[in-house]
Amino acid sequence: MDSSVGRNLGLVGVLVILCIIGVATADTFATRSNVLTILTSSSVIGVITVGATFVIIGGGIDLSVGKVMALASVWATTAQTQSYGPWVMVLCAVLVGMGCGLVNGVLIAYGRVVPFIATLAMLITAQGLAERISRKQSQIVTQQAINDIATRRWFGVPVLVYIFAAVVVVGWIVLNRTTFGRRTFAIGGNAEAARLAGVNVQRHTAALYVVSGLCAGIAAIMIASLTTTGSSTHGTLYELDAIAAVIIGGTLLTGGRGTLVGSILGVLVFTTITNLFVLNNLATEVQNIAKGVIIVAAVLFQSRAQRTSSVT
Amino acid sequence: MTEPQLSPSSLGRRGFLLGGGALSVAALAACTSNSKDDAASTANVAVAAGDNAAKGKQVTIGFSAPAADHGWIAAIANNAKAQAAQYEDVTFEPVNPTNDIAQQIAAVETLINKKVSVIVMLPNDGKQLTATALKATAAGIPVINLDRIFDTPLAYRTWIGGDNYGMGVSAGNYVGATLKAKGVASPIIGEIAGIDSLPLTQQRSQGFKDALKTFGFSVGPRQAADFTAAGGQRVAANLLQAAPKLDALWNHDDDQGIGVLAAIKQAGRDEFFMVGGAGSANAMRDIKADNTVLKATVTYSPSMASSAISLARLVAQAKGMSDLVEKEVPSSITLSSATITKANVDTYLPLGFES
Repeated sequence: MDSSVGRNLGLVGVLVILCIIGVATADTFATRSNVLTILTSSSVIGVITVGATFVIIGGGIDLSVGKVMALASVWATTAQTQSYGPWVMVLCAVLVGMGCGLVNGVLIAYGRVVPFIATLAMLITAQGLAERISRKQSQIVTQQAINDIATRRWFGVPVLVYIFAAVVVVGWIVLNRTTFGRRTFAIGGNAEAARLAGVNVQRHTAALYVVSGLCAGIAAIMIASLTTTGSSTHGTLYELDAIAAVIIGGTLLTGGRGTLVGSILGVLVFTTITNLFVLNNLATEVQNIAKGVIIVAAVLFQSRAQRTSSVT
Repeated sequence: MTEPQLSPSSLGRRGFLLGGGALSVAALAACTSNSKDDAASTANVAVAAGDNAAKGKQVTIGFSAPAADHGWIAAIANNAKAQAAQYEDVTFEPVNPTNDIAQQIAAVETLINKKVSVIVMLPNDGKQLTATALKATAAGIPVINLDRIFDTPLAYRTWIGGDNYGMGVSAGNYVGATLKAKGVASPIIGEIAGIDSLPLTQQRSQGFKDALKTFGFSVGPRQAADFTAAGGQRVAANLLQAAPKLDALWNHDDDQGIGVLAAIKQAGRDEFFMVGGAGSANAMRDIKADNTVLKATVTYSPSMASSAISLARLVAQAKGMSDLVEKEVPSSITLSSATITKANVDTYLPLGFES
């Protein structure tokens, strides 16, 4: 627990440095509306990252999240689905996400397909299916209730940010305060030991991918609301953004150890960088270079912090 | 038992899970239908007129284009097909659309082997398909080069395409003239580009910059997105924070414009006007309704595919363009980028493509 707090402190440090740079270089950085923009930009990838954190702590990997989100967004915004109203759209997105997650989970846990391969296959399939259903066009969301999620504000904060916060809180409780969470750590740390201790490793592994799919489904409604479209182009490379956030958040790629708070800090670091660069009117390629450098720097910093903390 | 999942109780549970899954799939399957108009009915076609309308020699037009990954390319394929269907004397021979260079080369080679009368090609990359186009030309098959230009004029009989620089100029002229008319002294003009590494994006930005310069204005905050609605939303949300006050905004692409408009609404901003790019039906409907900041868009119309098919037919039948004195079809046609505003939107609405 102590070392994870230390790791999170490192990320908080990075975030503080970014904020100092922001305040120094852009006079609009510290405004309320800019902070809300950063949080809103973090919300979709943030929800996906919650699911990714579960899967990675459980010793797996889910490469399909971005395109499962795209598929769910497309499926939930077809003319037919929209005609049933906003709740059916939400239900549809969530079911599509969980369905894809279930397929991933069953293939990996019961079919013994390597997670990397199973979810890569799902990424490609979901992309194809999303293009097929949408006929490669952006489907406009006509249900105002869905668009309102991004525009309506409660106490000055967009509803989208509340959803993001709710998913993080629920995710944190499940991971840290329930048997499900403890089993996730156990399986990721040592699956054989977990099995001998009486955990149904296969069922639990499958459930982790369903959780990841569920998060992708929720994110699908969020991005549909944010962009007012369902599209097969949504979520491109989100899997890498999510994995990067999880890793710089201090979760071991081999599983068994990690924190949800770290992952969310990781997401915030990335969105703050994007925000900083746009505020200073710098080009996209410079942003990518900076992100790459920060990933490496954060991981180096963490492994150093970990070494010193294990010495003491 | 070391395999507890094989016990009857968990089999039952799994059966339940699968059954539930099947039910959900059945329920979801009802949701995939998109009751949109048939693609062909929304396509742009030119009705043949004059001497050239008369039925001529039977010709086969081969057609190759990238796979549709957004509305514009989808419209290109639809338009080509619909235009070909207008002519009794044309057999349309499209090859499987692909985003893979090697596959497109192979596909065009099958057209050469079939000895079609003429090939209309929108290459994935003009440079990389030049050799294939030269091969077709050498085999006596004229190539109509659509939009993305080949390396050498030897590779095409006629090039027809849009004008990216001109598109930027049209946007810049509209923005400049509107701001001058309003009497804004030193306006803040934002720009949201497409993918920055593409030459077409650089040309559009250059045209915009040059046109603004003639009014004594310059581009303020400028960011590149990625031609997607999600990218447009993300970049616009942040750019609006960078500029607490804007006077005008040019967004290069109407597909990503959906996201840009969403971000503007979410930020509750309306102190500026926005100009779009490409000319999607969606953008035109917004301009017509006049209830968003989007007041104009500059075209880069996929109707060029319809025109390319018409030209291909004329080339194959050795006819000229009836309004010109020349006996042959010209070797190069650059389309002009029109500015669509509320005043003329009704004329252009039929040319708009669904994004």
